[in-house]
Amino acid sequence: MEKTNGQIRIGFYICHCGTNIASSVDVQKVTDFAATLPNVVVAKHYKYMCSDPGQDMIINDIKEQNLNRVVVAACSPFLHERTFRNATFQGGLNQFYFQMVNTREQNAWVHLDPLASTDKAIDLVRAAVQRVASHKPLEQKKVPIHPDVLVIGGGIAGIHAALTLGNAGKKVYLVEKEPTIGGHMAMFDKTFPTLDCAACILTPKMSAVKNHPNIKLCTYSEVEKIDGYVGNFKVTIKHKPRFIIDDLCVGCMDCVEACVYKEARFPDEFNQGLSRRKPVYMPFPQATPQLVLIDPETCIWFKSGKCKKTCVDACERKAVDLEQQARVEEVEVGSIVVATGFQPFDSKKISYYGYGNYPNVYTSLEVERLINASGPTQGVVVLRDGSHPKTIGIVHCVGSRDKNTNSWCSRVCCLYSVKLAHLLKEHTGAEIYNFYIDMRTPGKSMEEFYNRIAEEGMKFIRGRVADIYPDMSDPDHKKLIMKAEDTLIQEIIKVPVDMVVLSVGLEPRHDAQQVRRMLNISCSTEGFYIERHPKLAPVSTFTDGIFLAGCCQGPKDIPDTVAQAGAAAAEVLALIDRGFIELEPNTAFITEEECSGCKSCIHLCPYTAISFLEEKKKAFINEALCKGCGTCVAACPSGSIKQNLFDDEEIYSEIDGILNFDHISRELSYV
Amino acid sequence: MADKPKVAFYWCASCGGCEESIVDLAEDILFVADNVDIVMWPVGLDFKRHDVEAMPDKSILAALINGAIRTSEQEEMAHLMRQKSQVVIAYGACAHQGGIPALANQFELEEILRWVYHDSPSTYNDEKTRPQTKFYDENGRIPELPQLWNVVRTLDQVIDVDYYLPGCPPSPKLLKDAVIALLTGNVPPKGTVLAPDIALCEECPRKETKPTDLVFDEFKRPHQVMIDTEKCLLAQGLICMGPATRAGCGALCTIGNMPCSGCYGPTSRVRDQGAKILSSIASSVNGKTEHEIDKIIAGIPDPVGTFYRYGLAGSILRKKVKFEERV
Repeated sequence: MEKTNGQIRIGFYICHCGTNIASSVDVQKVTDFAATLPNVVVAKHYKYMCSDPGQDMIINDIKEQNLNRVVVAACSPFLHERTFRNATFQGGLNQFYFQMVNTREQNAWVHLDPLASTDKAIDLVRAAVQRVASHKPLEQKKVPIHPDVLVIGGGIAGIHAALTLGNAGKKVYLVEKEPTIGGHMAMFDKTFPTLDCAACILTPKMSAVKNHPNIKLCTYSEVEKIDGYVGNFKVTIKHKPRFIIDDLCVGCMDCVEACVYKEARFPDEFNQGLSRRKPVYMPFPQATPQLVLIDPETCIWFKSGKCKKTCVDACERKAVDLEQQARVEEVEVGSIVVATGFQPFDSKKISYYGYGNYPNVYTSLEVERLINASGPTQGVVVLRDGSHPKTIGIVHCVGSRDKNTNSWCSRVCCLYSVKLAHLLKEHTGAEIYNFYIDMRTPGKSMEEFYNRIAEEGMKFIRGRVADIYPDMSDPDHKKLIMKAEDTLIQEIIKVPVDMVVLSVGLEPRHDAQQVRRMLNISCSTEGFYIERHPKLAPVSTFTDGIFLAGCCQGPKDIPDTVAQAGAAAAEVLALIDRGFIELEPNTAFITEEECSGCKSCIHLCPYTAISFLEEKKKAFINEALCKGCGTCVAACPSGSIKQNLFDDEEIYSEIDGILNFDHISRELSYV
Repeated sequence: MADKPKVAFYWCASCGGCEESIVDLAEDILFVADNVDIVMWPVGLDFKRHDVEAMPDKSILAALINGAIRTSEQEEMAHLMRQKSQVVIAYGACAHQGGIPALANQFELEEILRWVYHDSPSTYNDEKTRPQTKFYDENGRIPELPQLWNVVRTLDQVIDVDYYLPGCPPSPKLLKDAVIALLTGNVPPKGTVLAPDIALCEECPRKETKPTDLVFDEFKRPHQVMIDTEKCLLAQGLICMGPATRAGCGALCTIGNMPCSGCYGPTSRVRDQGAKILSSIASSVNGKTEHEIDKIIAGIPDPVGTFYRYGLAGSILRKKVKFEERV
């Protein structure tokens, strides 16, 4: 700074971004304007500022022109703020002597009128140039990364992420709220496009998780609370009571046998209610861990307090503990993989498909169980009335691609419908009708799979099913009529069938919002969690240290889910192996002698970073917990809380810059 | 006499309370009188404008000017005092931040005149007479009266100001400290507000009783409740400007069982006192829906008069702007 005698010397650069910016913003005009602003020593435009030559331009100008501030007008700071901060640093300046203007997303991409777009760019540039003059040099804090990892969700995404991390030698806590891991995939019969049996490929991974020395499996458990920040999360896990002592149970099922209910009479969740279970049960034969549990909602002891408790006596290992309580555990981890999955669309929401009213209307997930060899009928497709279907209609896009329900395409339904068509044909020999809107079969080997199945003699009708109702001409009223417009021949058709399969879409879990708030991550309007960048940071979130895998981020098939889980694990490993993270220095701080102790800020902090020091009668901010949201800064009535990168001087000079334009001449120029 | 430093007092748009506060020095005024020559004090001494004009430039050590600037005469006098004085002190809330007179900035001049001279219920003015800057009396003289400006301004929006003594009025202690500082030459950097740079809560005896998780379910005004004499006033739902207001008064109002109205202005770290307290209080309004929030803030019927009672002229809001006046 000595070379400049305390003078502010700003270098200004605007990027064409190919034609992204330059086609809507007159970059020459903005450059000429910037050159007239106070303190601006260099003003240039260049085709790609983020390229090496672009960055070198900044670095060289800092050295040759003795610049001490840099402003780049380009894309979103999310994309290249780091790039240009680094260039500023390479030039020999503190990296926070830099300010970015987003002339792409906030300008070129959203405005049609090039004149107005250029004027807006000029305002934004004036604001940034005024602001950067009051920037101060800041240091980034380094925080060590705790090497342990939390994986939330024990479906295929969570399983794969946990195994990858465990194999890399990291300690993993895998938390699953159901009594067993496996998720939806464990319920599937076979998987497209290869038709491998889901269980055959999944159960070895499930046992690997169970037996892995580095994975601590917490089933029937929920994450209750997450405190802290990247590298240093404190996680509270609640272990729900199974009423079975984990360490003693070997899964022999003697207690199930001995239950006072001789007949299983409660709907079996795993089989979608198509079979029955007892109050004491194992979710399914390959459940992992191999532990039974007692459901207090159906167990007569919990409901009435009266029972012979034959299960307790039956267990030689004394593993049944009807007094068991929920247990809360606190663990520390450095990063988190969120793999909480999806829920299938509730078909009852579309009343005209008759699900729940007509016994022979099934959801796709029910059919998966029905055709599964370990399912309720051992793989024999028997309808609820005991008959075998001769004709089956499959409705695609149930709840998907419909503005009345969910607008998105669930991506997997076309393919699993084709798969189910194949499996149903194989099991029943029935004639099968697929009612589709568009066949969507992208992905490796998927179109080939579709063609292959189509050649098996399936009927494909292009039309959304409008109504399903009983066939009155059928003496038993068991047959159903599927009514749709075949849009290829433009005729209304009515197809009588014995069985209807509703290919339900995928949607965010009902508790997705709750989980989102706990994790402090964002979700889109539909409720799927948002990745930091759809192309460049597809498994990261806006909260450092938290990564996404699987359908909680959006509908996807198993190959994509596993790939994403691997990517999330890789990001976690990169974070752990780096060992530390540099925090953005935009934290808030209190100057103690300025604080009057008015306590206005204490309860406003969403991260509980502020406490009141009773001895000194002053507020105190734990900078390690501060995320720089600015709430307390705005609320401090005496201005005693300040925030790096956002102090009043910087904000006011930015506002002055934005507003300081000539209204009249500008309004005239648009006429 | 000739050796004593010269001090001048002048008043602009003010109520006279600041003059009272000088008398409030009580016996300390003898100390002031012993140590300085008062060369101008319209309230107390018979010096005229031409007496000051006759003085050499910078011959007055300090001019303490109270009141906001709203007329041509006040502006002229402010410039004259500046010219003749080494140090100018904006004395009191009106000179410092605009004060009560600056609440007029919510209205256009014409609206004010129409109300005061025609429309107000107590006005009887059939001839629709308005104040004139010039008139001819029967002796052929043409007296001139000052002109009212469109906007009420703080002193430092008109002339260069060295120091500020805040308050409505400033406490005698602050005045005494300021005079001693001037006489001993022990003065702080130019632009300093001569009062502690911390919020009033620091010296408020009710501070202890404020909870750390205070939220507002409703707002009340002092006449609507029996005010608890010990509990934090904000915790009683009363708007107290204390957290956003400079200390230095000794918490006179809150000790007197009234909420702080903010006359000492903000700390040095805050540019707009009203915006700051508004932002602070709004953060803790306990309503989820717009309707709930509306219901709560209906308890503040005059937000400008509440949050900007003294600070409007010096604030970001400053004045009502007509569309044509934008440029």
